[in-house]
Amino acid sequence: MTPEELHKVAETELESRQQIDHTLCVCTAAGCVSTHSDKVKEALEKEIEKHGLKEKCKVKGVGCMGLCMAGPLVSVERTGALYQMVKAEDAAAIVENLGKPPVQRLLCDTAQPFFSRQKKIVLENSGVVDAERIEEYIAAKGYEALLEALTSMNPAQVIEQVTKSGLRGRGGAGFPTGLKWGTVAKARGDRKFVICNADEGDPGAFMDRSVLESDPHRVLEGMAVGGYAVGASQGYIYVRAEYPLAVKRLKDAIKQAERLGLLGHSIFGTTFSFNIEVRLGAGAFVCGEETALIASVEGKRGQPRPRPPFPAERGLWNSPTLINNVETFANIPPIIRNGGEWFAGIGTEKGKGTKVFALAGRVNNTGLIEVPMGVTLREIIFDIGGGIPDGKKFKAVQTGGPSGGCIPEQFLDMPVDYESLAKAGSIMGSGGMIVMDETSCMVDVAKFFMEFCMTESCGKCVPCRVGTKQMYQLLCKISDGTATAADQVMLEELCDVVKNTSLCGLGMTAPNPVLSTLRYFRDEFMAHIHDRRCPAGVCKIGKEQVATV
Amino acid sequence: MNPSAQKTLSVKTLQIDGKDVSAREDQTILDVARENGIFIPTLCNLDGLTPIGACRICLVEVKGARRLLPACITQVQDNMEVFTNSETLVKYRKMILELLFAERNHVCSVCVANGHCELQSMAQKLGVDHIRYPYLYPKLSVDASHDRFAADHNRCILCQRCVRVCDEIEGAHTWDTMGRGTSAQVITDLNQPWGTSETCTSCGKCVQVCPTGTLFEKGRASGEMTKREFLPYLTLMREERE
Repeated sequence: MTPEELHKVAETELESRQQIDHTLCVCTAAGCVSTHSDKVKEALEKEIEKHGLKEKCKVKGVGCMGLCMAGPLVSVERTGALYQMVKAEDAAAIVENLGKPPVQRLLCDTAQPFFSRQKKIVLENSGVVDAERIEEYIAAKGYEALLEALTSMNPAQVIEQVTKSGLRGRGGAGFPTGLKWGTVAKARGDRKFVICNADEGDPGAFMDRSVLESDPHRVLEGMAVGGYAVGASQGYIYVRAEYPLAVKRLKDAIKQAERLGLLGHSIFGTTFSFNIEVRLGAGAFVCGEETALIASVEGKRGQPRPRPPFPAERGLWNSPTLINNVETFANIPPIIRNGGEWFAGIGTEKGKGTKVFALAGRVNNTGLIEVPMGVTLREIIFDIGGGIPDGKKFKAVQTGGPSGGCIPEQFLDMPVDYESLAKAGSIMGSGGMIVMDETSCMVDVAKFFMEFCMTESCGKCVPCRVGTKQMYQLLCKISDGTATAADQVMLEELCDVVKNTSLCGLGMTAPNPVLSTLRYFRDEFMAHIHDRRCPAGVCKIGKEQVATV
Repeated sequence: MNPSAQKTLSVKTLQIDGKDVSAREDQTILDVARENGIFIPTLCNLDGLTPIGACRICLVEVKGARRLLPACITQVQDNMEVFTNSETLVKYRKMILELLFAERNHVCSVCVANGHCELQSMAQKLGVDHIRYPYLYPKLSVDASHDRFAADHNRCILCQRCVRVCDEIEGAHTWDTMGRGTSAQVITDLNQPWGTSETCTSCGKCVQVCPTGTLFEKGRASGEMTKREFLPYLTLMREERE
């Protein structure tokens, strides 16, 4: 494909849209599909045919529009009307009202803070383009970043822009992306690899899934730019098999890109070649850890190995490997298109750009959001998230999944970035945000995450394998009301040894949910241990045990 | 290490427990410590096998490093300052041993390896005289299907020495690991009885490198399973041939 051909594809696509009067966009990401948006789409198509509007009206499947709790969502292009909780029966009303004032009873308020307070970079195409058609992505400036990088920049200039942007790894640890790219570019090796980590495993997190389902080409483009910058010609996307829709769209996207020559040999007529293969993960949480992921891609048991050497030096098949998260790669095309300085102008001093969060738990607007770094937790939970349902009181928000911690009310006005979350005893993590109200018991929460870590520990190193099991049993005792003060001391001691001696990130961070709940909700632990009582009324503490005290 | 490569290796100087030592750049902290008579406890490590840093007993403190580092796998660097015996390290090592003892069934008095067990002697050396954690006692099988050897998984500490020796030295790769967390277990072939294994050459290397009484020769009674230290010799022979 030549640059002219790329622009031709975009023009043809935009022209064909001129022929259509009304386009109905139906969300076909997993959230809305689970509430049968596929049936809504079918019904809309039938209804349009019935009215003989086939030439003038189109129904297209788009990616996630964010407000998952109100799904299935249908939007009307151009007028911007958004319908919520649409059922197949509503199709007739929607189609009949095309070109007229929208159907009031289905209308979703798009002026609410949930929509107005977001800033979309990674999700700019989500809910707008059809993820299954590469032409739509190209019409939305897709693959222009790759074109620019390949034809008017050298690899060092690409890395310079990424460094300038201040982008940090969106997988959780926040390592500066430009520095990582520079290291891999400098590493010596006959061949190098690019890996996209799409093994999203945190409970309550669905950012990467949505990006892959809504805009897969963006990730492919980011990877190809990365491959050019570091000198790799082969990329792998490691995605969990539990995401069948994301896998299907990714595979289709790769095929489409190959067919147009946007992946493969001599892209845009340059000497740069890049291929991408999908690798499916079998659902082990530890395979999100980069060295375990690499072992799994190699076909070995998904077990981490000690670092250093880091993958940048010795990764896949002992070659220098660039490994980034889905969201990190998804940020690359806009950075290259608009320049690093543009990106650096968004966010805070140390946290540039935006972050996608998956809002879940006891919050009114559950769904996917993207906000600039530095907004406060209060804005996210109460303005964008719409607060706590049923008039209940906010208790804590859990960020960073099993590696993160619970942040209590006193930190609600803290700006969200890597450093401030770490200071509050949690981590940014990949973007899962689970809101909890007064009906949640923090001991129970700690127990839940410990059970998760215990069953997901790979079993290689002793502190993580056995330590998490012992900690889980102690937490069970606390929640049963059978624990003693000595058990609590032992629990804290185990937190210390597991955190400091485990081999990989899974073990090192496994005690975090316990440590952070102990730090902010120690009184709840005390109530369980000394008063044999669960303040939130979640833990079943038997009566006979109370009697024996 | 072949002689030509040796010439190009540079020499590093570092400090271990305040003692100035020199090392080749490809050496690990453990190698250098041993050369200089400094004791760092190890369990999963065995000379001649690829180190994996799994047992975490050999963790040391390195000045400037954010985390504790496994001595068996961490390569030396110039001006490194290593501490092998701090109060914290001693505490962690003991706790890790306690966790291991509590994990499966380590009743020495009825074990074939009693008196010849590395877990047992390590506990003695590090002064682990009681276990504070509740014993987990999982119900695990004993595989006695092999003609000459048997595997008692209740004694296994998952050091993966058998897996490595079978793969790296014998080249059979009969042993591997399956399962996650405390359910992880070493297996022969695709979790088939050892005696029916088509890849096992019955060489017995796994039995010889097992640090505990997990893998043993049949017919041995309590305390009778002794080991020959053949692996360092074997590795030395191989290196010389190269």
